Amino acid sequence: MKAITKQKIVFSILKVMSFMVIAILFLIIGFIFVKGIGVINWGFISKMPEEGMLKGGILPAIVGTLCLIGGSMLFAFPIGVFSGIYINEFLKDGPLKRFMRLMTDNLAGIPSIVFGLFGMALFVNKLKFGDSILAGSLTLGILALPVIIRTTEEALRSVDDLHRQASYALGASKLYTIKKVVLPIALPNIITGLILAIGRVSGETAPILFTVAAYFLPKLPHSLFEQAMALPYHLYVLATSGTDIEKAKPMAFGTALILITIVLICNLLANLIRAKFKKK
Amino acid sequence: MIQIKNVNFYYKDFHALTDINMQIPDKAVTAFIGPSGCGKSTLLRLINRMNDLIDGTRLTGNILVEGQDIYDKKVEVEELRKKVGMVFQKPNPFPKTIFENVAYGLRVQGMKNESEIKDRVEDAIKKAALWSEVERILNNNATNLSGGQQQRLCIARCLAVEPHVILMDEPASALDPISTAKIEELVLDLKSKYTIVIVTHNMQQALRISDNTAFFYLGELVEYNNTRDIFHNPAQEKTKNYVTGQFG
Repeated sequence: MKAITKQKIVFSILKVMSFMVIAILFLIIGFIFVKGIGVINWGFISKMPEEGMLKGGILPAIVGTLCLIGGSMLFAFPIGVFSGIYINEFLKDGPLKRFMRLMTDNLAGIPSIVFGLFGMALFVNKLKFGDSILAGSLTLGILALPVIIRTTEEALRSVDDLHRQASYALGASKLYTIKKVVLPIALPNIITGLILAIGRVSGETAPILFTVAAYFLPKLPHSLFEQAMALPYHLYVLATSGTDIEKAKPMAFGTALILITIVLICNLLANLIRAKFKKK
Repeated sequence: MIQIKNVNFYYKDFHALTDINMQIPDKAVTAFIGPSGCGKSTLLRLINRMNDLIDGTRLTGNILVEGQDIYDKKVEVEELRKKVGMVFQKPNPFPKTIFENVAYGLRVQGMKNESEIKDRVEDAIKKAALWSEVERILNNNATNLSGGQQQRLCIARCLAVEPHVILMDEPASALDPISTAKIEELVLDLKSKYTIVIVTHNMQQALRISDNTAFFYLGELVEYNNTRDIFHNPAQEKTKNYVTGQFG
């Protein structure tokens, strides 16, 4: 076979494969949209669930998920960013740095259900937080840590060393240089990491299963020590264990649509910030 | 005066500088020339301890700036770098406004009085012969300036701190001929007030702007004399071959 024909065939295969990925994404979003849009109205996102969750809205699940996002980020963002700064700016290249990176990657590879069990053992039982927003937030926070550490590290690494040198050459200390030069340059990329972490956290079901999620709790939470409903778990409940699964289906798709929308908005925000950063 | 006494410098196992002895006079331009890898930039970076940032380096011998051994344990490296400024090969303004770039070194020193900062910034930009080009756009991002303007801004940033010594590491090598001429003019203008050490690949440049020239080869100082003699009457065969373009 001629080399050029061979090349054309390979290129066509690659093209079909990559279009398939996009097609799957559109298929999922389209499917959820078509099935779910019917129940979406103002009441759906502003009311309590009613009549065995077959009527009314999903407000407590939305609020619960937003609380979990806020709580987990409050905990994970500072710790993750500080770890990233430590690994990239203070550790010399060597075994310790490699070890820290490896451990971060390992943490990212742990199945989320294991985080759930760990969260239950430590936060719910040992520390006696009970099934609560606090326990759920901390568990989700740990899950989000590797994403934040890694993006922070990458963001810092992409800061041109010439900027650091210029700062040192003007008599600035390392800490001053990080604070006034390195972090401002890296910030947009660090925030991108934050938003990706939010996207990840908002969709997780397993870590909240044993730590916070309520099956049915038609009220808004008032403290960190209360249980709460959450979108991914609510979706699971509607799809598998409601009073009438067939009747609950539209509600389930509506919930899925809201969840997807939140995640997509996060990704969109991440891309906007990145684009704005690149333009500068 | 900068005194370099019996300096040997190593990157891990690599012996980068061998037995360097020289004195660099005040308020004059001293050029370091030599082929790539000869150690001239390394020696320059020893004078403000920028090589401290690299792991696995070792120095023996002494470097004295204004009589003070700069590698003495009592010396704070931040203080040294305020006295010994540096301009880099590639223009490296911070992605901040033109004003904040020049004000940076002052803020590092803890200066708070905004009107004093404003005066010092204006003064430094004027000294760097950039004022007329930027006086109306001080709040624009410095990265929008041309390469030549950026380099003069970096010189202004360095001058604002009021150093006594300015180290320049091939400051014009990334610039076009017109920008290069402006930088050279600026260097000649500045030498009445500052001690300037400049590393350059461009021998014509060394000849145009320096009072003294040191020729390095393979980590050794081959010849150090006034610039005219180095170029027109070199004592060493190697120097002669290099300045006449027979190698390097």
